[in-house]
Amino acid sequence: MIPAAFDYKKAGSSEEAIALIVEHGDEAKLLAGGHSLIPMMKLRLAVPSVLVDIAGVEDLSYIDDRGDHIAIGALTKHRSLETSDLLIAECPLLAHVASKVGDPQVRHRGTLGGSLAHSDPASDLPAAVLALGGSLVAEGPNGQREIAVADFFTGYFESALSDDEMLTEVRVPKAPGASWSYQKFNRRAQDWAIVGVAAVEVHGAAQIALVNMGSTPLRAEAVEAALAGGAGAAEAAEAAADGTDAPTDLNASPEYRDHLARVLTKRALEASGIS
Amino acid sequence: MELSVTVNGTGRVSEVEPRTLLVYYLRDELGLTGTNVGCDTSSCGACTVHVNGESVKACTMLAVQADGQEVTTIEGLAPSSDELHPMQESFQNNHGLQCGYCTPGMVMAACSLLDENPAPTEDEVREGLEGNLCRCTGYHNIVKAVLACSGQDVS
Repeated sequence: MIPAAFDYKKAGSSEEAIALIVEHGDEAKLLAGGHSLIPMMKLRLAVPSVLVDIAGVEDLSYIDDRGDHIAIGALTKHRSLETSDLLIAECPLLAHVASKVGDPQVRHRGTLGGSLAHSDPASDLPAAVLALGGSLVAEGPNGQREIAVADFFTGYFESALSDDEMLTEVRVPKAPGASWSYQKFNRRAQDWAIVGVAAVEVHGAAQIALVNMGSTPLRAEAVEAALAGGAGAAEAAEAAADGTDAPTDLNASPEYRDHLARVLTKRALEASGIS
Repeated sequence: MELSVTVNGTGRVSEVEPRTLLVYYLRDELGLTGTNVGCDTSSCGACTVHVNGESVKACTMLAVQADGQEVTTIEGLAPSSDELHPMQESFQNNHGLQCGYCTPGMVMAACSLLDENPAPTEDEVREGLEGNLCRCTGYHNIVKAVLACSGQDVS
């Protein structure tokens, strides 16, 4: 399978990349690692007429300690997240979830910013970042803005980024210690999650996000409320599918996904000791 | 557009269409047919090559994304034409292949794995090769070959 023809432009800086997407509007797509976009282009599910390659923008690959949070450049690869001593110590959930994306070859190319901007509800990293909270930095022709992660995922493969904006940085709170768990259920190695649950304690609060339980990654608000109200893990997990809208596909019916969400949430709460 | 890339240590300059996938550039333009196309959907790993020393799936990368970088294919692994790379030798000694179709990709993925983790456990080898499928299901000896190549006892 070969993608449809397109014009290829290489951006050396975020300013150059933004100028190109302003010029070409919604005909253009940014290309980072390409591990979501290129498969979609091969299937002709995405047919951009201009590709703006930002992989060479070197100042967007970093993992920095910023005191109360960690700032991660949008072009940081999954492999760098997985092996970052800073993340392993201060935000182990994110390092672990990165290690569960695809396979080593995918993690050598895929980027955090690419995965978030792609906004696939079945992807691991969007749910992990949603569970952690924090914010995302977008750069456009009028400068920078910070978007709360709770406001970022707006629909099926849609985010709060506008056509002329580029995601440049991801800011996650520090969440050190052992109170976290990621439960990913799939049938084959390297597959997307049929359902996934990311649970983490941030500043004493239980924060839980669900993979593939709706058109966007979702916070399991009913579970969080039950835990805040004093419910135990098993009781709180019963609410995991409340307020969700699980999809149906060849792997699972919505009813089965609801069941998985409850089971995996219980496992995540028990494994992490979050209460 | 013009592509300038180092493949197996040799500088190459070619005119390519931007939509050309790296695997087809290697196979059709350079004649390096050791890299196989299996699933063509980034699942099976038969097309695994190294870009700047790291394993990638060449069916999910545009040739132009390799511009200015170093690509190594199975043809470029051995030190000379009459010697094998230690990983190739280990696959041979441990019968780490049956039909051979997945082998080039397996060997490239295995070399990248040992670069990152020189003494993996058996579980780490199995997980490290999760991006490579063997339709003969010959995994047991493939894992053995990788462990043996890392200097571990597999007897």
